[in-house]
Amino acid sequence: MSKQYETVIGLEVHVELATKTKIFCGCSTAFGGAPNTHTCPVCTGMPGSLPVLNKQVVEYALAVGLATNCGINQYCKFDRKNYFYPDNPQNYQISQLYLPICHDGWVEIETAGGKKKIGIHEIHMEEDAGKLIHDEWEDCSLVDYNRSGVPLIEIVSEPDMRSADEVIAYLEKLRLIIQYLGASDCKLQEGSMRADVNLSVREVGAPEFGTRTEMKNLNSFKAIAHAIEGERERQIEILEDGGKVVQETRRWDDNKESSRAMRSKEDAQDYRYFPDPDLTPVIISDEWLERVRNAQPELRTEKLARYQEEFCIPQYDAEILTASKHMADVFEETVKLSGKPKEVSNWLMTEAMRLLKEQEKDAEQMKFSPAHLAKLIELVDKNVVNRTVARNVFEAVFNEDVDPEVYVEEHGLKVINDEGALKKTIEELLEKNPQSVADFKAGKEKAMGFIVGQTMRAMKGKADPAVVNALVRELMSR
Amino acid sequence: MANIISDETIEYVGILAKLELSETEKEEAKKDMGRMLDYIDKLNELDTSGVEPMSHVFPVNNVFREDVVTNGDDHEAILKNAPEKKDGAFKVPKTVE
Amino acid sequence: MSILDLTAVELGKKIKAGEVTAVDATKAVLEQIKALEPSLNCYVTVDEEGALKQAEEVQKKIEDGTLTGPLAGVPVAIKDNMCTKDLLTTCSSRILGNFVPTYSAEAVLNLQKAGAIILGKTNMDEFAMGSTTETSAYGETKNPWNTEHVPGGSSGGSCAAVSANECFFALGSDTGGSIRQPSSFCGVTGIKPTYGTVSRYGLIAYGSSLDQIGPVAKDVTDCATILEVIASHDPKDSTSVKREDCDFTSALVDDVKGMRIGIPKDYLGEGLDPEVKEAILNSAKVLEAKGAIVEEFDLSLVEYAIPAYYVIASAEASSNLSRFDGVKYGYRTKEYEGLHNMYKKTRSEGFGAEVKRRIMLGSFVLSSGYYDAYYLKALRTKALIKQAFDKAFEKYDVILGPAAPTTAPKLGESLSDPLQMYLGDIYTISVNLAGLPGMTVPCGKDSKGLPIGLQLIGDCFKEKNIIRAGYAFECSRGGYEAPELAEREER
Repeated sequence: MSKQYETVIGLEVHVELATKTKIFCGCSTAFGGAPNTHTCPVCTGMPGSLPVLNKQVVEYALAVGLATNCGINQYCKFDRKNYFYPDNPQNYQISQLYLPICHDGWVEIETAGGKKKIGIHEIHMEEDAGKLIHDEWEDCSLVDYNRSGVPLIEIVSEPDMRSADEVIAYLEKLRLIIQYLGASDCKLQEGSMRADVNLSVREVGAPEFGTRTEMKNLNSFKAIAHAIEGERERQIEILEDGGKVVQETRRWDDNKESSRAMRSKEDAQDYRYFPDPDLTPVIISDEWLERVRNAQPELRTEKLARYQEEFCIPQYDAEILTASKHMADVFEETVKLSGKPKEVSNWLMTEAMRLLKEQEKDAEQMKFSPAHLAKLIELVDKNVVNRTVARNVFEAVFNEDVDPEVYVEEHGLKVINDEGALKKTIEELLEKNPQSVADFKAGKEKAMGFIVGQTMRAMKGKADPAVVNALVRELMSR
Repeated sequence: MANIISDETIEYVGILAKLELSETEKEEAKKDMGRMLDYIDKLNELDTSGVEPMSHVFPVNNVFREDVVTNGDDHEAILKNAPEKKDGAFKVPKTVE
Repeated sequence: MSILDLTAVELGKKIKAGEVTAVDATKAVLEQIKALEPSLNCYVTVDEEGALKQAEEVQKKIEDGTLTGPLAGVPVAIKDNMCTKDLLTTCSSRILGNFVPTYSAEAVLNLQKAGAIILGKTNMDEFAMGSTTETSAYGETKNPWNTEHVPGGSSGGSCAAVSANECFFALGSDTGGSIRQPSSFCGVTGIKPTYGTVSRYGLIAYGSSLDQIGPVAKDVTDCATILEVIASHDPKDSTSVKREDCDFTSALVDDVKGMRIGIPKDYLGEGLDPEVKEAILNSAKVLEAKGAIVEEFDLSLVEYAIPAYYVIASAEASSNLSRFDGVKYGYRTKEYEGLHNMYKKTRSEGFGAEVKRRIMLGSFVLSSGYYDAYYLKALRTKALIKQAFDKAFEKYDVILGPAAPTTAPKLGESLSDPLQMYLGDIYTISVNLAGLPGMTVPCGKDSKGLPIGLQLIGDCFKEKNIIRAGYAFECSRGGYEAPELAEREER
């Protein structure tokens, strides 16, 4: 390749908001459920039905806008985006084009290349579409409107990114901010966070951007990275061959690791936006904005500082603990219950992180309750279990959220410190088995094993084998 | 007629509106739309510079719902009018994205 | 005098007094429907069984004192663009030919709560697009005054049914004159309330920013009473307005002393039939004689209302009607290849010519490159029209004029030239653009014996002014005059 190319990337990130109900009707947003069981006339586009805006959607959008340094359109409106597709029951999507709620913000990212600000062009509110299930047997598609009308915000970045690394850093930054705000759980795999990549290439130093394409259906950071690399290569190849890149939407196929153009001539991509006459403008007063600003939860940077100061946690540890909102929540809740920040941090930093890595999981997927971790810490503290045993107990807590107290009891993991009781049991056994004592004394080590086994059985497994071993040897050697 | 509607325009609008017109209908549509647009062009006589487009007549705004689930499972009613359905879902010709 | 000649309020009183029952009234009106439908075709659906069942239930509730309102036991007809639970709702379109809603429009629920008995669904122009009720997929409705003439539209079925005593009152909807113009043609009284007064929930949208449901009845008293019942603030309709002044019947007083009435000169000019003009000016004189101050004035911008309306209404309609696609309800074409072909064939076979015309126009004016020139221009014109009315209402309490330039045209005369048909809406359309209340009151007949309607327009939320003016006019004019149906039938 003779020429040097630069990749220019902008992102459209859709985030499903964590509201209980849909954006324009009182249907549940809960995941799962048989097809069309979370639907009503509004979210299935029945004739005569009308939308009414969920206030919480505006609150979340404002919170995200403020946390990403956006300006707020205190007078904003909803528009209809018109296109025919069966997952879209009205054949228009209610969105915001002319007056989106937030505009002109930025977030700072950090990559190997250093720190960089990524501009946010706008954030708007809109409704999600339903789901199309392709029926293999009948060569038809089935439409489920359970997701239709689930509230989304679309965060449109400026074309400020130049590499997959920057894109992923930007997405992780957005995810952290939004998770901390509680506005969404931002799960890429489950689709509660979705990124469309707008990408163009140009010769290094060229004053203008090249023609961009839009890539959809990217369900993981890995897919995003691969799609960016693939699309960059594809466009460069076209340019090198003297061709022109066509502005189009392409769909990424994760299995084939390639993309293809999505629309046919039946999709003119002329969305005929106009203000939705069924909805009224949203006017955000200074007071309202101030209220949202004051109610913003502690974001990561603030938490990071506080952990170091309040809990004396080293910066590196604090960074890991706050890298996921869920991890930070677990940490704080456990500290609240146990009063031992250092201990809690150790468990999470070593054991939890190890298990996450082994199981290839995100911190968000940790399911155990802080109360159980607090209890385990207490058990160690009171020397009810020793540290080695406690590590195994933690694994059970981590995997199945067991109550450590019950677990220790059931599995006989308690350290038995009552040497008197143990001694008495062994002496009784030796009295009943004089032959074993004789054998042992005659040099048959095996005979000791028999007594140890009998002792363990008599103690119903609750004895520490090491202690038992030592004691049996001592008494048999007398 | 000042507004001449081309075959391409009628074709394009047909794609947007998802309407398939017969040749006769297309000719009619070209004529009707041209005449209507001539008539609508009358609006250009009006100086509307500096006038805000008015979507809503009254200043009604901030109409909200609280975020409370009010609807239960009503899928049988929702599917009642479906031309074709299967497994609790609306059945459509196979769609390829 | 037959029970059918009673107004809705008179019938309600007699039922309450125990002189007649809801069942008697329902049976009588069903008989009338049976007798006249073959010649008039006011209804798309008549729910005989359901109506009788409702009547029996309502009668019990009247007797045990649960239902006491003025409309308890009174049979009503509903325009077929309002959803009625478990009752076919077609919008007079083939595309909704089998649509049975699972919920009722809020206005219909309000009537049912008040004990009104739903007789069935009235014919209309398909999706309310038309001025003659001839664009219905279920045959045209005929004008009870002369069956060779149209009843007007789009609420032609509702207005003809009231006129022909095929119901005691009806609900219509008005997007550009669809209550007021057919009321004029059929010699009945109809109100289009201020936008936002009656919930649009369950009204199948045509032009959402213009649509409003209103009453059609035999006189002003009925209309005020019905409007009082159907007006409500509905949290399901974001554009519904919370009003404290819905006691419309309090305006039923025969007193217009000092009321300032303006007649737009623009409404009396070219295109207005001389006989209509004379009737309107005579009506103004009646009110003047009762103490109103009447003068002519320049409203201005009248000729821009129609083009602005057709841009806005068609644009909204093109989007509103995109949901009719053969996926969730209604008609689906029988043979198709793939999704987009299914869409196109379903919609092309399901919609009639006028609906397609407006969807095409609406899609075009919103399409890339034309939005500013057409749609925004129309919204700016709308703002100017609203300003012109605001200015007029600084000087006048009521604006008076004709509801239509002519009396009812003959069947088939209008459809040949759509633009000419659109021009017939010239006096009604600007009222919708400005969101104002307007009412039609019968004020005479032309030499052919066809009714002429007087239109009274009020400022936003000032229905009471037009109700008072209409009521006072009616008191001088004399009671409701019904067409001589028997004679017509013999012809």
